[in-house]
Amino acid sequence: MINDFEHFTPKTLKEALALLAKYGDDCKVICGGQSLLILMRQGLVSPKYIVDIKGISELSYIKDDKDGVKIGATTTHRAVEKSAVIKKKYPVLAEMETRLASVQTRNWGTIGGNVCHGDPAGDPVPVLIALNATLTVAGARGTRSIPVENFSLDYFEVDLKDGELLAEITIPPPPPRTGAVYTKFNIIESDLATVSVAASVTLGAGDGVCQDVRIALGAVAPTAIRAKKAEKVLKGKKITDALLKEAGEVAATETEPISDIYASEEYRLELVKALVPRMTKEALARAKKA
Amino acid sequence: MKKELKFKVNGQPYEIFVKPKTLLVEVLRDLVGLTGTKRGCSSSSCGACTVMLDGMAVKSCSVLALQANGTEVVTVEGLAKGNELSPLQRAFLDHGSYQCGFCTPGMLMSSTALLTENPRPTKLEIKEGIDGNICRCTGYNAIVRAVTAVVKGEYKEAK
Repeated sequence: MINDFEHFTPKTLKEALALLAKYGDDCKVICGGQSLLILMRQGLVSPKYIVDIKGISELSYIKDDKDGVKIGATTTHRAVEKSAVIKKKYPVLAEMETRLASVQTRNWGTIGGNVCHGDPAGDPVPVLIALNATLTVAGARGTRSIPVENFSLDYFEVDLKDGELLAEITIPPPPPRTGAVYTKFNIIESDLATVSVAASVTLGAGDGVCQDVRIALGAVAPTAIRAKKAEKVLKGKKITDALLKEAGEVAATETEPISDIYASEEYRLELVKALVPRMTKEALARAKKA
Repeated sequence: MKKELKFKVNGQPYEIFVKPKTLLVEVLRDLVGLTGTKRGCSSSSCGACTVMLDGMAVKSCSVLALQANGTEVVTVEGLAKGNELSPLQRAFLDHGSYQCGFCTPGMLMSSTALLTENPRPTKLEIKEGIDGNICRCTGYNAIVRAVTAVVKGEYKEAK
């Protein structure tokens, strides 16, 4: 049963920030509500005030400019999935969206809301980490930027202070010869990840050496994480199956998975060891074709 | 404090005062009185509450009613034109695409939204289009067959 709350529908970002400044900790932001309403129904969250930003049209956009592609926080998953620019420049992001929950949830839920929900098993964050995305957070005193990999702090906790709101996600232009992939292991296709892996590989010109690699893991720690030690195994080298296997083993040491109804800790570790090499190899194949 | 919700359901305008915590499914069933839309899991998993909101399929158990302000909602009751069932409804009947019937309104709304967006989906796209809807009688094949028949043009739109 959802408790009563007072509902505000600001029409601009400025109005929303003023409301957040006024009500502070007693208020929650809702956009699509695909995550929040479930928590409220379970009584896990009972805000006195709700600032509903679904109607702020200035935050719903996908813009392609020289710093990369900018996605407004209230852009729906479905808009990201269908966007011609995203499909062309970051196909991995559109592919990830097709695996996120169901069509209905993607029609109403937003990418910004998902990122702010801070669920370590959420789909977008590992991909955004692999793509080196930056978040723009707006507050009463202006905006600040934060790399998406530093945004999640703990289970369902993100780096938003009282009065702040996620405004925009910026994804830098992909370097040449870069390939990125995402997958999640789950039993029911529309479920959250049991373990998810996003990988991006950039090759040097002509030499086939791995110039840069980013590997992000979901559902194996309190937040989505970057497997930096595993990246080190591969960076600056010509990627071989033996190196990929080693990267998988190293990635597993960087995680701290829990056991739950979906999988044991041991099972999750095995998934990391299997999926990191597999997905990095796929990213490499894409980079070769790019 | 109640707030005003002005929206259209199946073409009919409504002005209703609701508490902000009211969900769209509650307004449709309890206040508008259209009980075709089912309340199943109430946690965005089963899809029995699927309706179309401005042409998009959404789960009405997971949309605040006030967010439907100014929109047009279509429920399963809005698919037929007068006494003439929609092509999908007729195809569901002919192919026995329901057993207990509880998921049927949601399945119809998801497949209607799918065909609105993509009139010629492949079999895989049909399956993806209804993957947010659970049929606990597991009658998925008959549902996919019915949608396929409509895609093939075996059922014409009522005049």
